[in-house]
Amino acid sequence: MLELRKDIFADERDDNLKEIGKGTQRQDMLGHVTGTSTYFDDHKLQGMLHLKVLRSPHAHARLRRIDTMEAERAPGVRRIIRGADVPINLNTLLSLINFGKDDEPSLAVDKVRYKGEPIVAVVADSPREAYEALAKVRVDYEPLPAVFDVEEALKPGAPVVNETYPKNTFVYHDVYDHQKLRFGDVERGFAEADHVLEQRYQMSPIEHAPTETNGSIAAPDTNGRYVVYTSTQALFFSLDTCAKILDVPSNTFHFIGGTVGGGFGGKVDTLTEPLAILGAMLTGRPVRYQLGREEEMQFGSPRGAERIYIKDGVMRDGRIVARKIRAYFDSGAYTRLSSYAVVKCVAHLPGPYTIPNVHGDVYCVFTNRTPATAMRGFGVTAMDFALECQMDKLAHLVGIDPMEFRILNAYRDGDMKAHRREAKNTALIECVQVAAEKAKWPLREEVKRMSSRTDGGGSRAAISPTPREPVPQRAAVSQQRTTYDRAPAATVQPPPPAPPTPPPPRPQAPSPSHGATRFSSVFGTRRR
Amino acid sequence: MAKHRGRGIASVNYPIGMNLGGDPSQALVHSNPSGKFTVSLSSIDLGQGMKSVTRQICAETLGVPVEDVYVDTADSDTGPHCMGSFASRGTHRVGNAVMAAAKEARGVMMEAAAEELEVNAADLDTDGRGNIHVKGAPHRSISTKDVAIAAQFKQGKTISGRGIFLVPLSEVNPETGEMSPATCYAHACLVAEVEVDDETGEVAMVRMDSAYELGRALNPRLVEQQLVGGAWMGISHALFETPEPYYPDPAHGPRDFVEYLMPGPGDICPHDIAVLERPAADGPFGAKGPGEMCANPVLPAVANAIFNAVGVRMDELPITPEKVLRAIKAQGGARPQARR
Repeated sequence: MLELRKDIFADERDDNLKEIGKGTQRQDMLGHVTGTSTYFDDHKLQGMLHLKVLRSPHAHARLRRIDTMEAERAPGVRRIIRGADVPINLNTLLSLINFGKDDEPSLAVDKVRYKGEPIVAVVADSPREAYEALAKVRVDYEPLPAVFDVEEALKPGAPVVNETYPKNTFVYHDVYDHQKLRFGDVERGFAEADHVLEQRYQMSPIEHAPTETNGSIAAPDTNGRYVVYTSTQALFFSLDTCAKILDVPSNTFHFIGGTVGGGFGGKVDTLTEPLAILGAMLTGRPVRYQLGREEEMQFGSPRGAERIYIKDGVMRDGRIVARKIRAYFDSGAYTRLSSYAVVKCVAHLPGPYTIPNVHGDVYCVFTNRTPATAMRGFGVTAMDFALECQMDKLAHLVGIDPMEFRILNAYRDGDMKAHRREAKNTALIECVQVAAEKAKWPLREEVKRMSSRTDGGGSRAAISPTPREPVPQRAAVSQQRTTYDRAPAATVQPPPPAPPTPPPPRPQAPSPSHGATRFSSVFGTRRR
Repeated sequence: MAKHRGRGIASVNYPIGMNLGGDPSQALVHSNPSGKFTVSLSSIDLGQGMKSVTRQICAETLGVPVEDVYVDTADSDTGPHCMGSFASRGTHRVGNAVMAAAKEARGVMMEAAAEELEVNAADLDTDGRGNIHVKGAPHRSISTKDVAIAAQFKQGKTISGRGIFLVPLSEVNPETGEMSPATCYAHACLVAEVEVDDETGEVAMVRMDSAYELGRALNPRLVEQQLVGGAWMGISHALFETPEPYYPDPAHGPRDFVEYLMPGPGDICPHDIAVLERPAADGPFGAKGPGEMCANPVLPAVANAIFNAVGVRMDELPITPEKVLRAIKAQGGARPQARR
């Protein structure tokens, strides 16, 4: 049951609209409920072949030898694809926005870094023949020690998961193994606090479990182009990723998608398109590659696990005066999008509350498991779980009703947020008040009268003096080259810029700063 | 051995669009000769209603009925660039791009109508039912169909528009984390009531009450679908799901829906939702995005309700019966907290 509370914030809206605000039936509703909507897999093309991949049974192993001779002679096999067949067999998804280093091959070459990593692809007349041929591929593995715990992975002597990041962490700003947040002085806050509470939280990975598993069909078209029917959540993201991996201009591809059977973040990684297109390029035939349910669940990239430590200082009257957070995102064996989620998580700290002293260190850690990726609430869901469990414990500790405790600490218009921007258009207090009303949860009259629009700003807009930490010398910006990179000329870096001088001490006043410096966002002018 | 009830709450906010911005989306809008409009996108409809919400935005901006607009997506040869359907960015980013394109198309449509009615375009308005009329003189009007015919075959005008929406990219300070992550935030508070069986450790949902602030509910039925479905995904995350049940030990991974548990129809409980609308300054008609955040408050609200019911703190997800039972045993039995 849904109720529109038009009475709240009515003075900020013009409700005199004709189409907006109406519960119009979805444009695609009839197609969906009658089973006639067209999904990628509804394209049955003449002469279509099927692609399946051989996946590593080991979480970490050197590949001594890959023998495909018997598989090549298996019935129905049209083509075996190995890492050396992939034009640019090393990529990172966010290279499209120039963030991070290429660290993941389409097909493993000298090492596998997680159980389920693709090593060899078979293109055959039928899925069954493809599977039967895969069973005939012989791989000589040399198992290596593996690491599965994020904090173990950070210890000296831990197995190196991904040689692109030898310390098992993503590198931020070319120097740090984590993203920092510094706002005020948490140590002073803890010293002043009546109570200090430190807790540990853990979220396990979660599978997107879409009805339709990841997949695509690629087919040769006229003029050397390829048409690609795909379940991607991000059409141009996938198209540009394929253009890079296959080393062709982006207009080689005609991507068609748009109707997807559930995504939830699990269809951004472009897991199937590059190999399906490569299969079509190598055979001249349409090629379909769709993950099976087991592949989707175990190797199709989940929401990554997170481990979170929160230390809070709170006063007897319920004001939180300091919050210190250390969190580890388990990225699995490759970066995919976890590096980005870390920055989003840092921006989210300390939750929707005004706290004068906040300190955050968030790490993107590599372990020998299926690479994690985006999922609904990316970078925020696990942190919200930790923060809101912590809020409940704090309320209990100081003996204040948990609803009132949240309203007391809620951010309001004009407050300064920990990422040093003014809070605007806030509405947390009103949400708590309305939820209380719905749940018949009693609130005191004075709490019911509180508003996001009043009593913010002023001293709450100030940034407390923030201690400075030593700034390390930055290494020259470089993209590490690995043995996967079989087209060195194509991926040569522009000469590294002169090492930047350490930044001057930050001014205490917030200075809005827009513009691409570290993240230069450009499709089409990726590093070549 | 008994079943204990408890209530827990959580309140959250959520940033709209890709963190730090820098995520453009484009839209093209054009009319056919009989005054029907097509929106061309490359954005993806994952089932969330992208096609429908952009259709309503286009119709409202053009001033035509929603039936006169269809949304075509996603074909890379015809749809202009869009970053993708993720990060709760569809309604906000693509919606703004469609609005910009529809405004440009409306401008041409009104010019063409002005020429036919021999008035100034500034004196014209749309009635939202397929007609354009002189303000204050509804009898001096022309249908959008006749305008489109005239524009195409008589005036040689293309009733079309281009739109892009881009939040400029923000840098991140390495030392302080200073940044501009998002331009607007959605908000929510959720109360969960659970029943915990102290003999089996099972947690059953009793009811949920929630309030979500979303800027503007462009289509309340689509919003309801997101919020109801999202809350159930939240329940599933809280109590059921993981491909690694003994994380960080990767063993015993499920391979299908028999082994990967999710709530079924028997696990559903009533969910009473209120929607608040505080328009975002840069949202299309003030809209933010309900997509992702609706699952988030459920997880901690359930954990907090379990504490209220039996007095154990569940700090590791998912909160399986095994974990609940172990915690109750370690505590020496259930310790119900004050009823709320």
